[in-house]
Amino acid sequence: MANGAETIVRTSEPPHLRIPQRAREVYGRREILLNLVRKELKVKYTASILGAVWSLLNPVVFLAVFTFVVKITRTSMPDFPVYLLSGLLAWNLFSVSVSTGARSVIDNSNLVKKVAFPHEILPLSSVGVALIDFVLQSSVLLVFIVLSGHGLHVPELALYPLAFLALAVFTVAMTYWLSALNVRYRDIQHLLSLGLLVWFWFTPIVYQGHLVQNALQDRAILGVNLWDLYLVNPLTPIVLGFQRALYAIVQPVAGSPPVLPTVSLAWLAGMLALVLAGSLLFLLYAWRTFFDLSGDFAEEL
Amino acid sequence: MNAAIEVEDVSKKFRLFRERPTSLKQRLLTSRSRAEDFWALRDVSFDVREGGTLGLIGHNGSGKTTILKIIAGILRPTSGTVRQRGRLAALLELGAGFHPELTGRENVYLNASFLGLSRKETDSVYGAIVEFAELEEFMDNQVKFYSSGMLVRLGFAVAVHVDPEVLLIDEVLAVGDEAFQAKCLERIRQFQRDGRTIVLVTHALDTVRAICDRAVMLHHGNVHALGAPDDVVREMRYVLLGQVDESFVPEEGTREAEIEAVDFVYADGSGEGPLLRGDPLTIQVDVRTNEPIRDLDVDFAILDGATNHVVLDARTSTAGVEIATFDGKKRVRFDISSFPYNPGKYWVTVGLTSRESGRLYHVQTQRYLFEVVDAPRIQERVDVPVEIEVEEL
Repeated sequence: MANGAETIVRTSEPPHLRIPQRAREVYGRREILLNLVRKELKVKYTASILGAVWSLLNPVVFLAVFTFVVKITRTSMPDFPVYLLSGLLAWNLFSVSVSTGARSVIDNSNLVKKVAFPHEILPLSSVGVALIDFVLQSSVLLVFIVLSGHGLHVPELALYPLAFLALAVFTVAMTYWLSALNVRYRDIQHLLSLGLLVWFWFTPIVYQGHLVQNALQDRAILGVNLWDLYLVNPLTPIVLGFQRALYAIVQPVAGSPPVLPTVSLAWLAGMLALVLAGSLLFLLYAWRTFFDLSGDFAEEL
Repeated sequence: MNAAIEVEDVSKKFRLFRERPTSLKQRLLTSRSRAEDFWALRDVSFDVREGGTLGLIGHNGSGKTTILKIIAGILRPTSGTVRQRGRLAALLELGAGFHPELTGRENVYLNASFLGLSRKETDSVYGAIVEFAELEEFMDNQVKFYSSGMLVRLGFAVAVHVDPEVLLIDEVLAVGDEAFQAKCLERIRQFQRDGRTIVLVTHALDTVRAICDRAVMLHHGNVHALGAPDDVVREMRYVLLGQVDESFVPEEGTREAEIEAVDFVYADGSGEGPLLRGDPLTIQVDVRTNEPIRDLDVDFAILDGATNHVVLDARTSTAGVEIATFDGKKRVRFDISSFPYNPGKYWVTVGLTSRESGRLYHVQTQRYLFEVVDAPRIQERVDVPVEIEVEEL
């Protein structure tokens, strides 16, 4: 019957992580991932009449309110809602994934203790749920961009896939890392909500990137340029990438200061490639950490 | 035959914290000495042949579930090796992943994916699952409205429709009403006929005897007994209860003559044990015939409960006692003038056979048990005569 079947050997030695093989294993159990995402969505909107429409309503209300507020306050910045949402949706994908993902292993302790499956699926399902919201809300934003007359700008739009890829890899890596550590040190989840708040304001989402560039560009501490330091936050280039791809116009009103940092598309693309490369390395590290710790999850929980 | 599962010298140590440090501060402040080591398994070895059914028994905390989790890959052994071949499914919990807000149908798909079924595979067995669970009308209801019995039925129905080569089952058979249990057992037998390998953890010793071809008894993390289910179950009952379970011991024979009763008579003439070491003991066998018997031979054997070795036996024919042809009842008394063996428990096997053909009329193997104790130390005030002498020095 099982002739020719692979013999699985289990010893005290933690198996060595081979990413391609492990990725195949996770892919082989993708049915669990899909079902968990489906479950989360279903549970989230259970007994609600509108269901997933709530997900769409969120950015719609956002856009409506900000359009209104901007009209009243006569803000000099045109299409502020587009600016805000193009960065905010990316941030939300990250922060929701990470904060629900960090708890994912603990919240599913019953499964971890009773079922053998690649535990990576748990943080991945958190990312999956956030991703679905991201896709729904981004489509609302896209429709708004087109209908509001802001319009899509073709060369800038090319940054979008790169920015998205960098965001996705960084988010998955961060979620792996934190969810594994959180099993051992439950401080993580408390630290995280605080950390995300600080992180949010260190990223040019609400305020204009160019203001920071302007203020920091010519200053240095200990020989380190502050604007360069600001860009060390991987989410800054990512958010700038999304903004440049969707909002696109660096200086919307001639004569008044620019909104987006005055950097070339090529420079930004280079930065994103750098972030992507760094995120891939981080993913390797985070995956290894997760994999090594996951052997003990069933005991730690 | 190849082994589907080989367990070799597996030990598992758990760290028991009085209070588990789960935060950074606690972890830094907690000295390592506050953790105690607990060996859930020590040098456990056994294997399961392909197509075999192994019963794992032992009382609570003996390590049954731990070894099952190690085989399934949920826990890592502290030392030792487990080799396993073939697609494996572990049923450690019915309805793993069931969510109350989802409908029965959605939960079937969710649970099935945890057991390793793809969506397509689940599609193809979905009808069978619903039929097995007998929940046709309820599949579109959220399972939070299910009774616990319905949940268990649904969980088991999914579990038995997975298609593994190796199936690990933990205590999940003892669910539902009797009819449903019978259905579950029938399903397990179907798995056996299909040549699948099964490891079954259960407290239901009769189930082990009924469906397993081998059994392992774990006791405080060690393999205490390993072998044929009847032997291991007997050992388990002995350790667990310290007494005989009447419903268990195999009896065989053609029953032309039957053992009607076996009684022990102790030194004081009563039937109340225990036996003081060195005291006489009488084993009294009442025989009833169902047809005239002319060559009855009655024998007994006493086995040491710790080793299962015969320490004493006797037979009417070899003792030169001839039982004449009779039809009805007779009592045979074996008077043992002194029972000198160590304190402990002793099994008694009694048999009726034919002197001439050796045919077994009726044999009860290790059906009876008595206990030997050392004479107790006298602890109470008693009147012992004291003689007094005074000597001149």
